[in-house]
Amino acid sequence: MTTEHASLRRPERDHALALLGEMLRIRRFEDKAAELYQAGKIRGFLHLYDGEEAVAVGAMQSIAADDSIVSTYREHGHALVRGLPLDCLMAEMYGKANGCSRGRGGSMHFFDASRRFYGGHGIVGSGLPFAVGLAMADKLRDEKHVTACLFGDGAVAEGIFHESLNLAALWKLPVLFLCENNLYAMGTGIERALSETDIALKARSYAIPAEAVDGMDVLAVEASARRAADAVRQGKGPVFLEARTYRFRGHSMADPQLYRGKEEVAEWMKRDPITNFEERLRDWGFLSDSDVRDMEGSISAEIDAAVAFAEAGPWEPVEDLTRYVTSR
Amino acid sequence: MKRMTYREAVRSALREALQNDPRVFIMGEDVGRYGGYYAVTHGLLEEFGPERVRDTPLSEAAYVGAGIGAAVNGMRPIVEVTTINFSLLALDQILNSAATIRYMSGGQINIPLVVRMATGAGRQLAAQHSHSLEGWYAHIPGISVLTPATVADGRGLLLAALNEPDPVFIFEHATLYPLEGEVDEDAGPAKIGEATVRRTGNHVTLVTYGGSLGKTMEAAGQLADEGIEAEVIDLRSLRPLDTATILASVEKTHRAVVVDEAWRTGSFAAEVGAQIMEGGFDLLDWPVQRVCSAEVPMPYAKHMEDAALPQASTIVQVVKEMFQ
Repeated sequence: MTTEHASLRRPERDHALALLGEMLRIRRFEDKAAELYQAGKIRGFLHLYDGEEAVAVGAMQSIAADDSIVSTYREHGHALVRGLPLDCLMAEMYGKANGCSRGRGGSMHFFDASRRFYGGHGIVGSGLPFAVGLAMADKLRDEKHVTACLFGDGAVAEGIFHESLNLAALWKLPVLFLCENNLYAMGTGIERALSETDIALKARSYAIPAEAVDGMDVLAVEASARRAADAVRQGKGPVFLEARTYRFRGHSMADPQLYRGKEEVAEWMKRDPITNFEERLRDWGFLSDSDVRDMEGSISAEIDAAVAFAEAGPWEPVEDLTRYVTSR
Repeated sequence: MKRMTYREAVRSALREALQNDPRVFIMGEDVGRYGGYYAVTHGLLEEFGPERVRDTPLSEAAYVGAGIGAAVNGMRPIVEVTTINFSLLALDQILNSAATIRYMSGGQINIPLVVRMATGAGRQLAAQHSHSLEGWYAHIPGISVLTPATVADGRGLLLAALNEPDPVFIFEHATLYPLEGEVDEDAGPAKIGEATVRRTGNHVTLVTYGGSLGKTMEAAGQLADEGIEAEVIDLRSLRPLDTATILASVEKTHRAVVVDEAWRTGSFAAEVGAQIMEGGFDLLDWPVQRVCSAEVPMPYAKHMEDAALPQASTIVQVVKEMFQ
């Protein structure tokens, strides 16, 4: 792994607390989503992000408001860090009209055009060419934006991954490819899916600068992503980042997890990006018990308010069933 | 009015779009330096440069997907997919993204994308370059499916597509490219979703589109010699479908035949038949008939290919049986 020692450098206290707060906010959102799924309030597929929070939070620090983001069906964390209102995300999972996709997308398809958050894609790998196109438009207009394209290790086995990397490199497009390698494509371990498991190496074979980073370390991800985004902004073409991470829960709520042992999960949980970062902040004297209580308190209040917002939200009238299929 | 080929008519619309709208660019395999596989884009690279007439590698899924992304981000891409069989490589992008994202996002995101491709048989290209799958595309809500059958429509429907806020797929029958016709270059865009009566008649309605229009017109001429006046409807747009024009004709003729180069089973011809049954069952004096391709992968040998495709003689025969 080529993680540099940026993670050892101390950040400013306020910034460090903000990073912790964002990670914690995702974790608690997912906890609530799981609870509401069990209670039957949220249906459909629900893919939770527990364990991978450092990737979203670290990476998004260098993505500006006029940059674009393309994500996957495991996108709650990405959407939250991007600033999509938490209550609209909750309402979307309820299927309500005040949801971020007016109840037409659900957990897998969060969208917010005003924040340039372009989904929420449920077909593995299908967001990559979309991101290539967004970046192409920016480049054609000579605008120096970044398109951040998030996807998992599962996408790497898809043909579209290779086609998209080739196009982005060939046309020197401003895409930051960010692979969240959580080691499993649903239940298929990476060593059972890829003949070459070094994903960054694959990107380099398309002449794209690439590196792997410890995806359980928010500061390491932040530093790598910042370098990558800066390089993309130089206009020399795409950059590829592989964040090595792990999902603590199953692929979706329907997953009995027969394909991995409890010991393996327990080992990775020792590297929990939130608790470990919290410990470091305490070591540095940045964090007290009351800071954590305040953080938890305000997150909990926000989530409670979001649940109330979703519960009170109206259902889209069935008469509007075909609305938005086309513009006319 | 100006005389030109179908190929030139499409090119004139492309050139006009490139001249008038800085958001427009073309991309596809060999659209630039090669001049387009069917020479539709010939000369445009020299005129507009490689950023606006962009050659792509053989990556149908990626460049159609990139067209979607560029359209979302303020551009007006015109993507050329060489031929309809290749478009299957991009089907995921077309169905799961282009046709879906507007709805799935609750109407937040428009995709003003135009995709052109050649369709159809008749050039002895065998079973991987000859099929007529536009009916599959017409199955998909969220996109428009256009099938220009005349030189004027080659231009007019493309101009119309470029005014649409949502994805439009244009299927150009490959045998039409050398066809010559009169084009009014001041006519502007055609209207999407409007079928046209290409020949009037009182005895039978022949519904067709795209590459089958010529054969159907030929059949109508032969039928007239035998005293049967056929009305020929050119659908022009499979989605949205102009059912009203079809039914208005059937109200007059009480008989209908659908001519469609696609396979019969599960075909667009079946859809047209069902629309007539649902909206005009009482009008019919005879069951709706279909003239479609034989249910085989397209063969190479000329006599076999001819036998597999709808021909004017087949249409004449089917119509005459309706009057016995």
